[in-house]
Amino acid sequence: MRTKHAQAADHFIHESPSPKAQHNAAIHLRRKRDVAANELQEFEELRTRASEIKKHTLTHLDQYLEEFEKNALANGVQVHWAVDGNEMNARVYEILKKNEVPYIVKSKSMLTEECGLNHFLEEQGMEVYDTDLGERIVQLAHEPPSHIVVPAMHKTREEISALFHDTMNTEAGNLDAKYLTLSARKDLRQRFMNAKAAVTGVNFGVAETGTVTICTNEGNADLGVNKAPVQIHCMGIEKLIPRQEDLGVFIRLLARSATGQRITTYTSHYQKPRAGSEMHLILVDNGRSHHLGMEDFWEALKCIRCGACMNTCPVYRSGGGHSYGYAVPGPIGSIIAPARNFEEYDDLPFASSLCGSCSAVCPVKIDIHGQLLKWREVIVEEGEVDTKKSLPMKVGSWILSRPSWYRRAGKWARKLLSWFPGIARKTVNDWTKGRELPEPPNESFREWYLKTRKNEENE
Amino acid sequence: MKIGLFVPCYIDQFYPDVGKATLLILENLGYEVTYPLEQSCCGQPMVNSGFVKEGGAVTKNFRKVFRDCDVVVGPSGSCVHHLVDHEKLGQQSGKPEVYELFSFLHAQNNFPRSLQPFPHRVGLHYSCHALRGLNIASPSELVEPYFSKIQPILDVIPEMEIVPLDNVDECCGFGGTFSVFESAVSIDMGERRVEDHVSHGAEYVVSMDSSCLMHMEGVARKQKQNVRFLHLAELVAKLWER
Repeated sequence: MRTKHAQAADHFIHESPSPKAQHNAAIHLRRKRDVAANELQEFEELRTRASEIKKHTLTHLDQYLEEFEKNALANGVQVHWAVDGNEMNARVYEILKKNEVPYIVKSKSMLTEECGLNHFLEEQGMEVYDTDLGERIVQLAHEPPSHIVVPAMHKTREEISALFHDTMNTEAGNLDAKYLTLSARKDLRQRFMNAKAAVTGVNFGVAETGTVTICTNEGNADLGVNKAPVQIHCMGIEKLIPRQEDLGVFIRLLARSATGQRITTYTSHYQKPRAGSEMHLILVDNGRSHHLGMEDFWEALKCIRCGACMNTCPVYRSGGGHSYGYAVPGPIGSIIAPARNFEEYDDLPFASSLCGSCSAVCPVKIDIHGQLLKWREVIVEEGEVDTKKSLPMKVGSWILSRPSWYRRAGKWARKLLSWFPGIARKTVNDWTKGRELPEPPNESFREWYLKTRKNEENE
Repeated sequence: MKIGLFVPCYIDQFYPDVGKATLLILENLGYEVTYPLEQSCCGQPMVNSGFVKEGGAVTKNFRKVFRDCDVVVGPSGSCVHHLVDHEKLGQQSGKPEVYELFSFLHAQNNFPRSLQPFPHRVGLHYSCHALRGLNIASPSELVEPYFSKIQPILDVIPEMEIVPLDNVDECCGFGGTFSVFESAVSIDMGERRVEDHVSHGAEYVVSMDSSCLMHMEGVARKQKQNVRFLHLAELVAKLWER
């Protein structure tokens, strides 16, 4: 069973070998993002434009999907539709089986992570090689990604060196980043050369051209797709944009928001199969159309998976990406996950201090912290809330809506704190673990006001 | 203009000096201030935990107590943000307009002309709700010309040195009930925030929200850090020429 965020984050902070690695890497990206964003005077205008394009596309998604499919088919692409993750996995497997493919090379795709493609294919006896360096690292470590752009963000160089030594027999204790990268590259290069099929995710699908755009920094998607005779692109249906020229907005925002680059090293557009090879496109719903129908939450589907909300989120940086227990961690994951599986992820909207930095940094202007708050309301109304949480709220509301009771309770609280600090510490244990309680004053503001001001008025 | 003084519940009970300072500032600037005695809380703790009905019941008392005021002013960006943004006070539901203290002074363009010197190194903590909720200053995420509504106050405090921070507007980790139900993360955030101020030599951390200060002070005292915490209203009241 999935561990709730609060416990998983507590464990990460106190037990993991390098709890600060995630913070350091993420805040570094946030700072680079600020520099890159500030290079563009029109950055806020771009955000607004991106949001509008996505809103327009999502509210006309049926039309654009049909246009996209029509144009892709005309290009000679084989288009498949998958209602959920199981169907997507089955389609991929069918294609691979038909082509007698022994293993696949896969570039980064959070959709296949969401649908558990690796696990499914391995169960069918097929090997999967993740080719993004970060994803390869977490694959070798048998861990899920902790970040959608930088999957091994939580790992230190020391840990990676040890992992490579164990799995690829690299030199023990060699911490040279270049050496480690080249070792992984050498290992992967032969897989690329002999691969019969390459699987990729999709950053943008362009309706008017039927093309898919894939952004990487390592060129690994291109190596796979251009060498293997079968290319399979798995795409969530919300990844669509109407026109080629809209890419001008999104490409400028994506890398700047994600890593502070002006553009990803590789921005590749795939339109049609090469002579003698196959190009497949699998359009995946997996809860997206249901999500699109949710009045308060559909705008979360505007997300372009840049990870900026993770990098800026102090909760994410403290508790780590794994603590969310969902393929997409961080603030955006916390509003997507409950839309897909309410019972399973009803703790995630509470994993936020509601500081609002996520919404302010989001390149497509999703009101992330507004949705987090709205989810809390829905969860309290429709879900199961622990009485440990609901009782204080109900009692608190009862007392605070009755001024004389509020004053009595306030007085008791102050006296309890000053007379029996030990008892007070025990009863608010979760607070006092890392914090002292405030030192209570002798009188409240109101008591002071009555004493000093009301007397004056009476005189 | 009749100003209703809103002293949020935890300030009333635990930080009465912040209430006194707010009253002093408003009166020194020439406003007639009343303090309705039957006020309690704004309802934010419940609503932010998802208990909207329960929070609404508390806000009902707020509306009742302040119904005769044109303007309500309180020294908490967080509570005011809740009343304005979630409960829509001053918008659809008419009177009263609710202001955070320094946003009010900015709207009125009415600031103290001069204050006594404060020869100390100060770390400024813009609370998230005042910053991103009430636009008291430019948040670091946005690409816009920098502004801060408290700048006119900072400008009239001689000898005060504002220390630079690594993360200028990072959350302190309080977040209401978040601080209890996600205590490990909350404490970690608090420690990081205090460390940022302390490592840059701050002798004081100054904020416009007592809840952030309560959290950071709790962390700093636990760690026996040598740094003090002051609400900006307290600082201004302390430095007012008398």
